[in-house]
Amino acid sequence: MSFEWPWQYNFPPFFTLQPNVDTRQKQLAAWCSLVLSYCRHRKLYTLDVLEAQESPVFNNKKIERKLSVEAIQVVFEELRKKGNLEWLDKNKSRCLIMWRRPEEWGKLIYQWVSKNGMVNSVFTLYELANGDDTEKEEFHGLEDWMLLRSLQALQTDGKAEIITVDDGKGVKFF
Amino acid sequence: MVVCEKNVLLLLFAKRKMDRFMWTNGLLEMNETLVIQQRGVRLYDGEDKAKLDVGGVVLSTHRLLWRDQKNHECCICIPLSQVIFFEEQAAGIGKSAKIVIHLHPAPENKEPGPYQHSKYSYIKLSFKEHGQIEFYRRLTEEMTQKRWENTPVSQPIPTGTGPKAGRTRAVGIVGIERKLEEKRKETDKNISEAFEDLSKLMEKAKEMVELSRSIANKIKDKQGDITEDETIRFKSYLLSMGIANPVTRETHGSGTQYHIQLAKQLGDMLQAPLEERGGMMALTEVYCLVNRARGMELLSPEDLVNACKIFESLKLPLRLRVFDSGVMVVQLQSHSEEEMIASALDNVSDKGSLTAEEFAKLLGLSVLLAKERLLLAEKMGHLCRDDSVEGLRFYPNLF
Repeated sequence: MSFEWPWQYNFPPFFTLQPNVDTRQKQLAAWCSLVLSYCRHRKLYTLDVLEAQESPVFNNKKIERKLSVEAIQVVFEELRKKGNLEWLDKNKSRCLIMWRRPEEWGKLIYQWVSKNGMVNSVFTLYELANGDDTEKEEFHGLEDWMLLRSLQALQTDGKAEIITVDDGKGVKFF
Repeated sequence: MVVCEKNVLLLLFAKRKMDRFMWTNGLLEMNETLVIQQRGVRLYDGEDKAKLDVGGVVLSTHRLLWRDQKNHECCICIPLSQVIFFEEQAAGIGKSAKIVIHLHPAPENKEPGPYQHSKYSYIKLSFKEHGQIEFYRRLTEEMTQKRWENTPVSQPIPTGTGPKAGRTRAVGIVGIERKLEEKRKETDKNISEAFEDLSKLMEKAKEMVELSRSIANKIKDKQGDITEDETIRFKSYLLSMGIANPVTRETHGSGTQYHIQLAKQLGDMLQAPLEERGGMMALTEVYCLVNRARGMELLSPEDLVNACKIFESLKLPLRLRVFDSGVMVVQLQSHSEEEMIASALDNVSDKGSLTAEEFAKLLGLSVLLAKERLLLAEKMGHLCRDDSVEGLRFYPNLF
C-alpha cells in the first residue's frame, strides 16, 4: 500500500517556513500530521535528523523543494511539545517517534486481550509483539521500548502488571 | 680733531667745514641710491690732511660718504644739500688730483661727527688712485638733479626733527626684511584678535542652544500652559536658527510656516502624478519629481519628510505612510489598502504565483512598491511565500 501524500506536500510554500504567525501555525500542524502518518506507514519508531533531510518526507524531488534543517528542527520541536517525539541525545540528532502515544497503544493491547478473553493470563513481551497470535494486530512488531511504555501506562491504570518471567519481562492483565 | 692753540681765536670765527661730517653706519636709506664710489681717497679739512686715513668715497643721490679702508666701522657722511659748490683741482707733481667741495655752515643740532670744529669752509677729496674725472661728472649730475629733494629719506638731515622716537632706522635689505616682519606680526595679531571674537561667539552659541533646549523641554512638560500659537512661533524661531526641536519631531502636528506652505504646494503638485501611478509613490520618487520640477531652490530630504508628515493635520488629501520595512510612500487618501490587497490576491491567484518583479510589471508599479504590497497581503494572511534558490514567490494562502 503506497503512502498517500497530503495536498500540502505538492504546494511549494509548504517547504518555506512562513513568517506570518497564523499561516505558520497551520503549516506546522500539517507537517506534524504528515511526519506521524509517514512514520506509522513505514513503522518507523526512531528518526535520525541528518537522514531525515534526505527522506522523501522532507524532500520532494518532484517539485524540487526541501525543508531546511532549521525548519525540520522547528517541526520536531512542535512534535515534542505535543508528546509525539522524544530526543534520545542532548545533541538532538536522534529521536523516538511516537505516532501513537503509549496510552493509546496500551488501550489497543488491552482491547485485544479482553476481546480474546485472555484477561488474567500472562504474556511475555516477545509473545505480545512478535507472537503468531498478534500478527494481524497493529501493535505487532512494536519495539520493546514502546511496548514497555504502553504496558506501564496500563499498569498505572491498574489494568496490568509487569512481571519478570524466566530471564525477561512479562505482563499480566487484569 | 683738536685745532692747535694758535688758531683758537680763529676758530671762534671760523666757518666749520670739516665738521659738517656725521658718523654713519654707511648703509643707504630706503630711497637713497648709490651713484658712484671710488677707493683710495683721502679727506682734507680745508688745506689740512684729515686725521683719517685713506678710504673710499661714495656718492649717493642724497649724500657723500667716506669709509676708512682699514677700519670699515669708521664711516662718515655729509648731506649733498650742504654743498654750495665744488671744483676740480688738477694734480701736481707728487700731488693727486682733487675735488674741492665748498659747504654750508653746519647747523646747530647736527649729529656728532669726527670733527667738532673746523676753520675751513671747504673740504678736499684727494684721489690717490684716480677716478676723479668720473666722480666729478657724477657729482655734477647729482648736484644738478638734486634728487634728494624729491625722495626724502628718514636719515637725520638736520631739519630740526630728529629720528622718530622708538623707530629703528631701517636701511637696505635688512630694512626691507624688518619691515616685512613687522607687517607679518601685525597681521598675525589682527587675525588672533578676530578669532578671539569668534571663539567668544561660539561660547555664546553653546549657551543659547542649551537655553533653547531647556525651554523646549519645559514646553513639553507644561503642554497646557502655553498656547498652541506661541509654541509654533517658538519652534519656528528654533528651526530658523537651525536647532532641531525634539518636540516637533514627535508631535508632527504642528510644523513651521515653511513646512505648512510646502505641504500645501506638494498637495497640489502631486495629485496628478499619484493618480497616474495608481495612487501611491515612494518618497524617493516624490523627491526626484519635485526637485526636477523646481529646478532651483531644491528641497532637502528632511524638509520634504517634515512637510509630508503634516498632510493629515492640514486636511490635505495625501498621506505619508511608512511600511514595516521602513520604506516611506506618499499615497492618496482615497487610496484604499483593502482594495489594493484584494486586487493583489486576484492577480496572484490568476497566475498561480507571482514574484515581486512579475507583479510590478503587471501593475506598472516600481518593484519596491510591488513587493511592499505583496508583503502586506502576506501579513494579512492572504498570501504565503515560497522561498527557494529560484527566488521569492508568492502564492495564495491555501493553508
